[in-house]
Amino acid sequence: MARLKPWRWAVFGLAALYFLVPLAASVVFTVDVPGQGLTADAYTEILSTDGFGSSLLLSLELAAATIAVVLLLLVPATVALRLGAPRLRPVVEVVCSLPLVVPPIAFVAGISTVLKWGPDHLSHTPLFQTFVAIQNPDFPFVLVLAYVVMALPFVYRALDAGLRAVDVRTLVEAARSCGASWPQALVRAVLPNLRGALLNSAFLTLALVLGEFTVSHLLGFTPFAVWIVNVGGEQAQLSVAVSVLSLLLTWLLLLALASAGGRSRTTASRG
Amino acid sequence: MTATLTGVDVAPPAAPAKRRRPVPGWLAVVPLLVFTAIAFGVPALAMLNGAFTVKDQATGASSYTTGNLTASLQGAYLTALTGSVKLSAVSAALGTLLGLPLAQAVVTSRSRAVREAVLTASGVLANFGGVPLAFAFVATLGNAGVLTVHLHLTDHGWDLYSFWGLVIVYLYFLIPLMVLTIAPALEGLRTQWREAAQNNGATGVQYWRHVALPVLAPSLLGGLVLLFGSAFAAYATAAAMVGSAVPLVTLQIADALSGNVLVGQENVALALSLDMVLVAGLVMAVYLPLQRRSARWLA
Repeated sequence: MARLKPWRWAVFGLAALYFLVPLAASVVFTVDVPGQGLTADAYTEILSTDGFGSSLLLSLELAAATIAVVLLLLVPATVALRLGAPRLRPVVEVVCSLPLVVPPIAFVAGISTVLKWGPDHLSHTPLFQTFVAIQNPDFPFVLVLAYVVMALPFVYRALDAGLRAVDVRTLVEAARSCGASWPQALVRAVLPNLRGALLNSAFLTLALVLGEFTVSHLLGFTPFAVWIVNVGGEQAQLSVAVSVLSLLLTWLLLLALASAGGRSRTTASRG
Repeated sequence: MTATLTGVDVAPPAAPAKRRRPVPGWLAVVPLLVFTAIAFGVPALAMLNGAFTVKDQATGASSYTTGNLTASLQGAYLTALTGSVKLSAVSAALGTLLGLPLAQAVVTSRSRAVREAVLTASGVLANFGGVPLAFAFVATLGNAGVLTVHLHLTDHGWDLYSFWGLVIVYLYFLIPLMVLTIAPALEGLRTQWREAAQNNGATGVQYWRHVALPVLAPSLLGGLVLLFGSAFAAYATAAAMVGSAVPLVTLQIADALSGNVLVGQENVALALSLDMVLVAGLVMAVYLPLQRRSARWLA
């Protein structure tokens, strides 16, 4: 093992260089304005700009809803594939990979076509109210639908990899023979062993929703990423400052989520 | 597996009632399939239908045609499509090659803090696409960027708003995506395999060439496909950075969706979307059988 060390540090060093330099340079760019010297104006301006809080809140709500829906759909399905329905496995695999072959911009082209049906064909049916409701600007549920579809391949991959490392059948059989019901076996025996995969899924989904621009922009909603673009186009320093801030924000949220996961790991370990 | 079955066979049929039949597994899969049919299937079919439909301006009647598709494979649209494929292929290959050593370094690191920090960072950076990424690189390597100015890169012919400029920017989210994708597979490589190879006199290179890489091949291919799809679909980064300096199909679709097309070609955006789907579908058709063939090693 010891002889691998220099190689490993070289890899880490190069990676750190490539990934940190643009971030450091962005910070320098925002605080070292030519002709003004060092200034933090770009950062103080952000907080006083309209729409910062509301767009961020909307993004967080969308992320929470998306994570809940995607996990509720995929966890039972992937566990069932391991236990009782292995023959459905190729079907689910293809279904969960299909969104990969439809890029967001093609997907949004399809969604906007469907949404046009509302006023065009369905205005006299009860379905029209549904179309209106899912496009409510306060909480556009149509974005949750789109984001869940976009998250499917990544979450499926993460859950599948997690389940591969766990002998689900033995776990469930052990729990069942100890008298646990099916939901108990799932929640108390299988899920704790999937903690890493579940957290990974939540990470990916959260980051996907917070950074998503294409679908929400082309459908005309204003979550955080779209707000950044709208507000950032005006001034170079301000736009880069918002970018730095959004990265830090995402990072903090993910770290909070990671430490929450770490804490439950210690409390739940082999109690 | 065999042991369990034998155990059941040998056990006296004293309490057969206790061993209830499991709930049919497909019931748990149904909600997922229904959801995808509605949220994904309907828009996809609408796109497919629209790609073959043209609306007569005078009468408002729709008719089926292949005109949209023909238009989407000519002139500027064709250039954009090949440009996108080339850019995605180059960035995905580079991302795979560079992501693998980084993931291996992370997975074999004995410090748990390093491992978690890098994986969390990867989760952030893999999704640090879009406009923030473009702005960060413009601030770093753009014409007035910090590095460009301090190192006088423009004198050496550097231009961020070009094919290779975009590759460098795309790698910023493709490499972390590769790390996230391949790390579970690398964790699945058992130490016993390396030890067995060493005991048989294999060098490190031989171990990687004959044991690790064949086992990792499906995951690597899977990662490559994810990276290709990710680069192929990227829109916001390119839109904010290069405008139309590098022809890309996503930029053309957004352009067409916002109505910037000739009369009678309103549905060309949908036809272009279909072209993108076909390209990405082709890649998947290569990937899925390969993956199924060798996924058993990490089971």
